[in-house]
Amino acid sequence: MNNIAVQLQNITKTFGKKVVANKDVTLDIRKGEILSLLGENGSGKTTLMNMLAGIYYPDSGHIFIDTNDTGLQEVSICSPKDAYNLGIGMIHQHFKLVDVFTATENVALGLDRSIPFNKKQIAADITAICNRYGFKVDPNKKVYNMSVSEKQTLEIVKALYRGANILILDEPTAVLTPQETDMLFEVMRNMKEDGKSIIIITHKLNEVLAISDRVAILRKGEFVGTVDTSEASVEILTEMMVGQKVTLEIDRKEPVNVQPRLVVNNLTCINKYGVKALDDVSFVANAGEILGVAGISGSGQKELLEAIAGLQHPAKGSSIEYVDPATDESTQLIGKSPLKIKKLGVALSFVPEDRLGMGLVGSMGMTDNMMLRSYRKGFFFTQRKAPKALATSVKDELEVVTPSIQTPVRKLSGGNVQKVLVGREIAAQPTVLMTAYAVRGLDINTSYTIYNLLNEQKESGVAVIYVGEDLDVLLALADRILVLCDGKLNGIVDARTTTKEEIGLLMTHIREEEHNDD
Amino acid sequence: MFSMNTLLQLLQSSIAFGTIIMFGAIGEIITEKAGNLNLGIPGVMYLGGIAGLVGVFFYESNVEDPNPFLCVLIAIVCAFLASALGGLIFSFLTITLRANQNVTGLTLTIFGSGVANFFGGMLNGFAGGVGQIRVETTSKAFSAKLPYLSDLGTVGKIFFSYGWLVYVAIIVAIFCQIYLNKTRSGLNLRAVGENPATADAAGINVTKYRYLATCIGTGIAGLGGLYYVMDYTKGTWANDGSLENLGWLAVALVIFATWKTKNAIWGAYLFGFLFWAYLYIPGLTRSSLELFNMLPYVVTIIVLIFTSLRKKRENQPPNGLGLAYFREDR
Repeated sequence: MNNIAVQLQNITKTFGKKVVANKDVTLDIRKGEILSLLGENGSGKTTLMNMLAGIYYPDSGHIFIDTNDTGLQEVSICSPKDAYNLGIGMIHQHFKLVDVFTATENVALGLDRSIPFNKKQIAADITAICNRYGFKVDPNKKVYNMSVSEKQTLEIVKALYRGANILILDEPTAVLTPQETDMLFEVMRNMKEDGKSIIIITHKLNEVLAISDRVAILRKGEFVGTVDTSEASVEILTEMMVGQKVTLEIDRKEPVNVQPRLVVNNLTCINKYGVKALDDVSFVANAGEILGVAGISGSGQKELLEAIAGLQHPAKGSSIEYVDPATDESTQLIGKSPLKIKKLGVALSFVPEDRLGMGLVGSMGMTDNMMLRSYRKGFFFTQRKAPKALATSVKDELEVVTPSIQTPVRKLSGGNVQKVLVGREIAAQPTVLMTAYAVRGLDINTSYTIYNLLNEQKESGVAVIYVGEDLDVLLALADRILVLCDGKLNGIVDARTTTKEEIGLLMTHIREEEHNDD
Repeated sequence: MFSMNTLLQLLQSSIAFGTIIMFGAIGEIITEKAGNLNLGIPGVMYLGGIAGLVGVFFYESNVEDPNPFLCVLIAIVCAFLASALGGLIFSFLTITLRANQNVTGLTLTIFGSGVANFFGGMLNGFAGGVGQIRVETTSKAFSAKLPYLSDLGTVGKIFFSYGWLVYVAIIVAIFCQIYLNKTRSGLNLRAVGENPATADAAGINVTKYRYLATCIGTGIAGLGGLYYVMDYTKGTWANDGSLENLGWLAVALVIFATWKTKNAIWGAYLFGFLFWAYLYIPGLTRSSLELFNMLPYVVTIIVLIFTSLRKKRENQPPNGLGLAYFREDR
């Protein structure tokens, strides 16, 4: 008998003209197995699964599904409803629940008319599903009273209630505490026993090894291969995930006149879920050096930069000291307002996922965006001359392609938006320059412009902190690389001597021996 | 000084007044529960009122002996359709073209009152120079009281001395309460207003629900305008803008009722009580009278303060209220 539940054949999906999210992916999912889908950020894991869940439609390729043990049949999934009808349920990272409804009402939402609308019956069915797999859901609890873990459980119950045989979990453990993760894994094993196929999207290697039967690896949208978990090891998986080293020609000078600029000690930040986003991180950022920060996305990079910029409220015992280059006096940054920190010369140029979210105002032109840094100058009337001159010089020096400096920046292409942002930060003559994902979505040439700018800053004695995704770039650009894993500092390595594999391991696997030491 | 009789009069006018804004509020609650903030309610009530009036005016003036039942039917159908048409314009602009809901709603109010006063003025012109038109048969049919029950002394006067639309309003309010909270379709509608993305993912047609809720909601609100014209002002038309004020009170009542139609029933009567209270308080000057006219709005603000302080999620406006929905990159 056939034991394949889903077969993906030559699936390709592109966004726009350039971005290839998935390229020619062929993958089997067996019945009654837990398959891990592993890959770095942007390797196309979620996109691939969204095509199974009806969120996206593949550009080319075929999907075959065995619905009721009648053999594989080609299907076309155009909407989430189609996916449900085929027995596919996906639990997204952002839960699709109505806050003011009870668990029962959320399950009842949009149900087929053939199912009678009887809340008591639905509640009883929910309890039955819970008992069968070992969930805990109170059918009458309102969603806004639920913890993140409860909401996730409810999402799984919702999928099961609708008869899902193939469950896709998109990074389910990202928001869970270790205890909750254990509970989730227990439930996943129960569902597997029951013959359901489960796909878990993740980049945490220890979880992959703990829960799955097989591991499928994607790299840059392409399918690398599958490994049976029993034959896999952290090293093998890391190598498949990060791939071969690519040499980049970035002109990296030896750091000169290195001295401490930022001294961070025991920095701990708690996020809104009450989970430690940063856990006891200590390091020194030196002037005249580029400190790279590596880590899977959401490992605490954002919190780290925001804490330094004064946008976070670090827990007690944290300390961020700034050493003034002129006087060598150190100042405590924690507790200072972002404005005061900025006046000390700490510039944060943060390029988030949506680029315009932080730092630039999309509907304003370059001049007005420059003014965001200097609007306090002048009495009553703002001073526009200096920002206008700055906008002009940024436009000329960084070759920003824009019809005029008055054009709203949201009309500019991504690379040009980034140039405006980085150019403005550098013009403020900072002593510390922080950038996150500065080259995300940029073409090679523009990326090199940004790298050169950062290198110039480093040579002029600025302490540069560069958060990046691409390990090849980090290896070629940074002097030292700080690796975050799950909010913990997992090591600081010398970028000139380390290897991609070493960083990959540090990114995905907490070093156990360090914990035994303390 | 505050005799039984004056109290009785006050209660009666409160209930009659409350009925107008109750229709408006019920319609707006249905609309807002689906996520559409329609500030065109005053305009929609105008449309309902004038369409009903125009419809029966032509019927009554062309027929020798108008049939009261037909009069009522024509009035209701005209009022409902005209105001639902207003809702359809609003839906097309805000749902399909994703225009700003606040701006569209306010425009609809101006549009509705303009159209209504234009035709109202014309009708009054037909009636002859300075005249006031009157649609006698229809007005009588609308203000017909319940037989026997209205003769029951004080009890009869308080509860049964009104035109039948007063009771229809209560029935509609109770029906909507049950519909929204007990039925599948009501659950889906609330989901659309709370979290359209979730509703969409669950296979609910967000666009369809929003269109229907807005059009039916405006249709119900239009009945408030009809009640005002046919019963409250006894089948006449005046270009004095008072219906617009009532429309805004209906919008305030939605907030006062915390988006629950059952609360709109007593809330409407309370608003009516507060609105007319000044007539029965002796010694008011023209200016202090205006202070009393403020009362319904003041209690709405007080309710807003209390509900925000209590932070009970069920009493908050729907989460997706006022926001256009589109699937974005799908």
